Amino acid sequence: MTPSPSGAVVVDRLEKRFGQTVALNSVSFSITPSELFGFVGPDGGGKTTLFRILATLLIPDKGSASVLGRDVVKDLWNLRTRIGYMPGRFSLYPDLSVYENLRFFASVFGTTIEKERPNIAPIYSQLEPFKDRRAAALSGGMKQKLALCCALVHRPEILLLDEPTTGVDAVSRREFWDLLAELKKTGMTIVVSTPYMDEADRCDRVALIQNGRLLAVDTPRQIAESFGRPLLAVRASRRYPALLALREAPHVHAVYPFGETIHYVDARTGETAPAIAAELRAFLQSRGFADAEVEITPPTVEDSFIARMGTAEGTRAA
Amino acid sequence: MSAPLAIEAVDLTRRFGAFTAVDRITFDVREGEVFGFLGANGAGKTTAIRMLTGLLAPSSGKATVAGHDVAREAERVKCDIGYMSQRFSLYEDLTVRENITLYGGIYGLSDRDIRDRTGRMLARLGLEHAADHFVRAIPLGWRQKLAFSVALLHQPRVVFLDEPTSGVDPITRRQFWELIYEAAAAGTTVLVTTHYMDEAEYCDRISIMVAGRIGAMGTPAALKQKFAAQSIDDLFVQLARPTAS
Repeated sequence: MTPSPSGAVVVDRLEKRFGQTVALNSVSFSITPSELFGFVGPDGGGKTTLFRILATLLIPDKGSASVLGRDVVKDLWNLRTRIGYMPGRFSLYPDLSVYENLRFFASVFGTTIEKERPNIAPIYSQLEPFKDRRAAALSGGMKQKLALCCALVHRPEILLLDEPTTGVDAVSRREFWDLLAELKKTGMTIVVSTPYMDEADRCDRVALIQNGRLLAVDTPRQIAESFGRPLLAVRASRRYPALLALREAPHVHAVYPFGETIHYVDARTGETAPAIAAELRAFLQSRGFADAEVEITPPTVEDSFIARMGTAEGTRAA
Repeated sequence: MSAPLAIEAVDLTRRFGAFTAVDRITFDVREGEVFGFLGANGAGKTTAIRMLTGLLAPSSGKATVAGHDVAREAERVKCDIGYMSQRFSLYEDLTVRENITLYGGIYGLSDRDIRDRTGRMLARLGLEHAADHFVRAIPLGWRQKLAFSVALLHQPRVVFLDEPTSGVDPITRRQFWELIYEAAAAGTTVLVTTHYMDEAEYCDRISIMVAGRIGAMGTPAALKQKFAAQSIDDLFVQLARPTAS
């Protein structure tokens, strides 16, 4: 199969093994130009291996991958100047200042901060107050902004960001995604990975990735809706006992804590959500949970991930 | 009226030169409570935890953990607490069994106790088949559950969990929280940090540190009501970046 020239990224049956471990297992997908595309999944799922292959840093065992219409193995030298890559681990020089790190990355690509200032302005303006601080002394959120700035300084046509928000607090995560939304407006193609399911909603499309396989590739909304069965949210003051009791409901399929509620999925497919909710209310009453509330709730990407993971591994969400 | 206190901090403070990392924080945690210790990066959580675990002396103020003063009885504190973090907990080049034996030995358990507890722990976690596997060879999710059980091996009264579920898949993350509930139901006090705001909702009470101080503290429901926030995530954004919209 020849890669479609219109795709910003085209990956076909990609495989990579490390000894006995299958890091990527026949992975195929394509990303269109200007798309904000997310890989969502836990550690060890294959995200980093995939990003390293796309960034021309690792050679796949089988299958093909092209970025900007170029093969990642044959055309690596062409691609390296056109890709902006931010690795998962903080990979800047801790002993250099913010300004020195940026100047270094600019010089590697034969340019200068001054020349690139208009492109990096939205991010650099946030970093400038700390420009003389050593990178090691920055907060987690600021480090990630600096790394993004360094990945952008040579005006790449596509950004590959591997877990830019891992270990970063919830506020800095939001700010980082706001920056990505700004960058997207310039027409940049952005490929990003994250272990945080709630960040899926910030992407145009996401791929759910687990154990080297893609569980789904679609818009966040479609993935959430693909859950495809009634989902109930239970509130009870005695949460843990209520959770254990729900596991004993007569038609239980899955029960798991979800934020301030407990999510309940019924095993039957023919019943309506209101009917199941009424039954469940009665069941909880009979078990002594007088204050329990049951309401119908729309599934999220995380619910879908849990359901698909359960199927993929032949187990039930515990 | 209420359960005895497992952690009690009064005006606990730590300065580094001119910088006050933890600024007169006062809070307490009851026995058997699951307490979420939240805050932005750099707000002072890690410094506070290092003082509460007897690793760093306070500049002023005082704290007792499991009945021991953290400044004067730091070694007693260490014997009565468990600790686990996402970054480091188990030795990857030792097997599962060797890790348990090592920690049991460090905490002064008898060989017999170590043997008994190892057997029970592996059975409960369903890890008997992996007892002689290197820790680096078992999946992250299992490793985190094992690390938590090892942190409880010497039956500490208080356990500190620093981002225990970072990067863990959504099912394992929830199984991990069930281990927390179980431990709390058995009377262990749990102080936990997390960047997953949905997990903050799983705690009995939470505190949110802002620039070295406790910006808010209470049950998740009460805090959301007080700050008119839809979720703990919204609340966190309101508090942690007062200038952000």
